[in-house]
Amino acid sequence: MNKDRKTNLISFLIILFGFILTTGLVAFRVIDEYTAQILTIGGINVIIALGLNLISGFTGQLALGHAGFMAVGAYTTAALIMKLNVPIFPAILAGGLVSAVFGLLIGLPALRLHGDYLAIVTLGFGEIIRVIMVNLSDITGGPAGLKGIPPFTTNFFWRPVLSFALVYIFLVLVIIILNNLINSSPGRAIISIREDEIAANAMGINVFYFKIFAFTLSAFIAGLGGGIYAPFFGYLNPNMFNFQKSVEFLIIVVLGGMGNITGTVLAGFGLTYLQEILRFLKDYRLVIYPLILVLMMLFQPAGLMGFFGNKGFSLTRFVREFNPKKIFRMKNPGKAGEK
Amino acid sequence: MGVIQQILQQTLNGLALGGIYALLALGYTMVYGIVKLINFAHGDILMLGAFAGYFVLNYFGVTPGTLVLSFIISMPVCAIIGILIEKICYKPLRDSPRINALITAIGVSLFLENGARVLPVIGPNPRVFPTLPSVTHNLFGLGISRVQILVFIITIGLMIILNYIVNYTKIGRAMRAVSFDQGASSLMGINVDRVISFTFALGSALAAAAGILFASSYPQVEPYMGIMPGLKAFIAAVMGGIGSIPGAMLGGFILGVAETLTKGFISSQLADAFAFGFLIIILVVKPTGILGKPVGEKV
Repeated sequence: MNKDRKTNLISFLIILFGFILTTGLVAFRVIDEYTAQILTIGGINVIIALGLNLISGFTGQLALGHAGFMAVGAYTTAALIMKLNVPIFPAILAGGLVSAVFGLLIGLPALRLHGDYLAIVTLGFGEIIRVIMVNLSDITGGPAGLKGIPPFTTNFFWRPVLSFALVYIFLVLVIIILNNLINSSPGRAIISIREDEIAANAMGINVFYFKIFAFTLSAFIAGLGGGIYAPFFGYLNPNMFNFQKSVEFLIIVVLGGMGNITGTVLAGFGLTYLQEILRFLKDYRLVIYPLILVLMMLFQPAGLMGFFGNKGFSLTRFVREFNPKKIFRMKNPGKAGEK
Repeated sequence: MGVIQQILQQTLNGLALGGIYALLALGYTMVYGIVKLINFAHGDILMLGAFAGYFVLNYFGVTPGTLVLSFIISMPVCAIIGILIEKICYKPLRDSPRINALITAIGVSLFLENGARVLPVIGPNPRVFPTLPSVTHNLFGLGISRVQILVFIITIGLMIILNYIVNYTKIGRAMRAVSFDQGASSLMGINVDRVISFTFALGSALAAAAGILFASSYPQVEPYMGIMPGLKAFIAAVMGGIGSIPGAMLGGFILGVAETLTKGFISSQLADAFAFGFLIIILVVKPTGILGKPVGEKV
């Protein structure tokens, strides 16, 4: 068997095992319902933060409106499920697609110039989307919010299991897509834009095209996250998707390290859990978050993962290089040195 | 009141509002011209300036004299805050990638907003800003309020002073030199760090003045009051051509008039959305702005 194929097969089996193990733990209530809910929210946050990491971390263009894309995905999915009785899976994908269209429309004017403008335009977009959601009361329920979005299942026992499983599947898919993209030729083009736009241009890379591509994909992923959020939460309100929410995703990306997938995943779950613990801090949380942003940028711009080298964890690399003999030999350096 | 008179009235109101935007846009444009950074915290300096004015006016009572005093106190206070922000947060990042400085600016902005929110003396709730009793004068058949007259006097006065500083003083010449070429001006013996600090101080002082004027026109102050004017002033700066001082003034007035006309004749809810629509149209049609010059990036 081809070595790459073998590596992929083993990686797939590990992911499958992780899936069965974690959903199993949720199903048998080893992980209680409350923790499962936090894990699910954490997974959704990680998905959207990964989308943001693609444009801000890998491409180096700051975007501040991912709560807006999340809102577009969430409301699209909710409207499709409630008004047109579309099944959940295609509805979530449609949420991502509609969000991607918005991303394309915003990216076209904003990305023709250098990245600073994207920050302002996306920030404005996030606010405009909120105003539109408040005024489109036929579809969105207006400022009072949209109630009664049907959940994944009405069965109380299976609901946390299904929600978690769905988030797990989408999270793995997003990670695989991003990982493969970053390690491919377009991915290297995207990273070269972050490193030096002019040099990338001189090397014949179509900077504008790849920026648009990364931004649209980023919006798609954020839309997916929103699409999962709608049926999971069952209630949407335009004010959930404010600027503060966009900044929360940015904090996840910065804390995990810009352009670091592993870091984003760890920081996303970590911060979501921390948020539950730190509820007693109330408003002071709002001061701590921006402080994290500033301090990280000043003292540790590579993120927390930067302490362990900036490569991140790769399952396929781990499988490919995993060698029990090597570990055994390293434990007995004397024997290896004798030869 | 006829339609034409109504349009003229809204234009007058728009010019008063635009003057405030212009003061704020000047800070954006000067800082961008020199360090190439969108200072997201600039709108929050407006908020701090408004609160400084609020405390002065609350303590001494409102008379024309204390109103002047509020400007005299609030502008230097904000100038110092501006210098501190630059020294602590932006200066260490001058050589790192641009996105890092942008994220820091966002962090500083949120820190100021939420910090003001949890600070016991400010708190999250809006407060009424003390103003002079509102009197409306008649100007060629149009109503002009006392606050609007104040806005016009202060804005135009500050713009004249700024114009003098930038064009006719030594530090102003240094500012222009640094914004033209930082490396070369450093070789010519200009203390670049001091010029950058001075620019932040100047911009923040103007923002403080804008804050008091803004708070007097919509008589209330709250921690998040700086966000929307900050964004609109940025749009005004881009419209006029970012980096261009006359452009920022022009952009501010145009945006102010556009906003009151939209509010008066189309929809007051969508006025903010229109401002961003404006920005996107400018970026598509003329990204260098009305008075900006196209600059090729040097390698």
